Amino acid sequence: MEALYEQNQTDVNEAKADGRAELIPSIKLRHCCLLRNQRCLTAYLYDRLLRIRALRWEYGSVLPANVRFHMCAEEVQWFTHYKKSLASFMRSLGGGEGLDITQDMKPPKSLYIEVRCLKDHGEFEIDDGTVILLKKNSQHFLPRWKCEQLIRQGVLEHVMS
Amino acid sequence: MAPKQQGGRVVTQQTRSLLNISVNILGIQLLSTSFGYKMDTLSYLPVQPGVGMEENFLSLDDILLSHERLPIRTECSFPRLGFLEKSSDTKDITEGTKMELPLWLSKGLYEKKRRVLSVELPKIYKEGWRTVFNADPNVVDLHKMGPYYYGLGSQMLHFDSPENPEIAQTLLQTFIGRFRRNMDSSQNAYNEDTSALVERLDCLEKALFTSGQSGLNSFQSWEKGQASQLTASSLVLNYRKRKINDLQP
Repeated sequence: MEALYEQNQTDVNEAKADGRAELIPSIKLRHCCLLRNQRCLTAYLYDRLLRIRALRWEYGSVLPANVRFHMCAEEVQWFTHYKKSLASFMRSLGGGEGLDITQDMKPPKSLYIEVRCLKDHGEFEIDDGTVILLKKNSQHFLPRWKCEQLIRQGVLEHVMS
Repeated sequence: MAPKQQGGRVVTQQTRSLLNISVNILGIQLLSTSFGYKMDTLSYLPVQPGVGMEENFLSLDDILLSHERLPIRTECSFPRLGFLEKSSDTKDITEGTKMELPLWLSKGLYEKKRRVLSVELPKIYKEGWRTVFNADPNVVDLHKMGPYYYGLGSQMLHFDSPENPEIAQTLLQTFIGRFRRNMDSSQNAYNEDTSALVERLDCLEKALFTSGQSGLNSFQSWEKGQASQLTASSLVLNYRKRKINDLQP
């Protein structure tokens, strides 16, 4: 892009100095190319941002290391800002108590759900203190709100009878 | 001699930068279709292509659309840009040359007073093909006629050709004629191979078809009672598939 810009600069100077108006179409053409490059780049970066935003809603607040490896420093910064705005927005809902809108993506039918573990995840503690050991292929009956995050990450599987 | 050689070096840099951008575009296309994370979840909402004669600046579909080439006749000369025309080896592009320029360049350079360019209609928008479309729109393979028939047609209306009202009318009638069959097929092809139905569709129709299919699939899963089943996000599933593929030699 710099090369295009420099060529245009020299031509503009020449056009003004010598009065050669016939250089103007070339200048316009190069300007069009510059605008086009700019458009492609901004669209690409904007699309990346949209995908990163979707990652927050799919994966949760913490991104796995490989995904973060592919993001540049400014994108990571943007992600933390977005996380913060989303968190402060969620805190302000529900009459000062906060409402987690990333939960319950589908309308809930029951409080407790049957889940099967797809891979070893270690120990998992629920609200009343009981600790559940998540081993592969073990089935449990757990409260919905605790499991939703793990189901979305693919650790657990929702079993419908 | 020295300035000319320097000009040559700068020229190759220019073409390289132009090529880089076009490679980027192809990269974007691949990103959204096959290789990268297939993001068809509800949280990823890409910028839609523009409706009618307007393009959306940030829409990737519109950028791909404006990459299509149009036959052009130059009305004035472009000094020092001879390298763009492959057939002749002149230093600048003379008046009255016939070239093929992409849509974005033609749109940018076009002026009402016709001082710079005159755009010739691509053959699918001319009289001959227009009668074909008016006769029976359902038979035509719009994917072969340039995958962006409707989009490019709407953009051609910018170039003030005397046949503009007829072009607009033909576009509309073709869409109306084909719509019934497309909607029918998208709403009734459940769990089957749709490639035979989709291959003759233009990009706009394909987008409509896929949204129809997703609506149908959601409805069917609701009927089966699967709508309340929590699922892992499609991102996670694709990510896991990729990891396994990476591990396997």
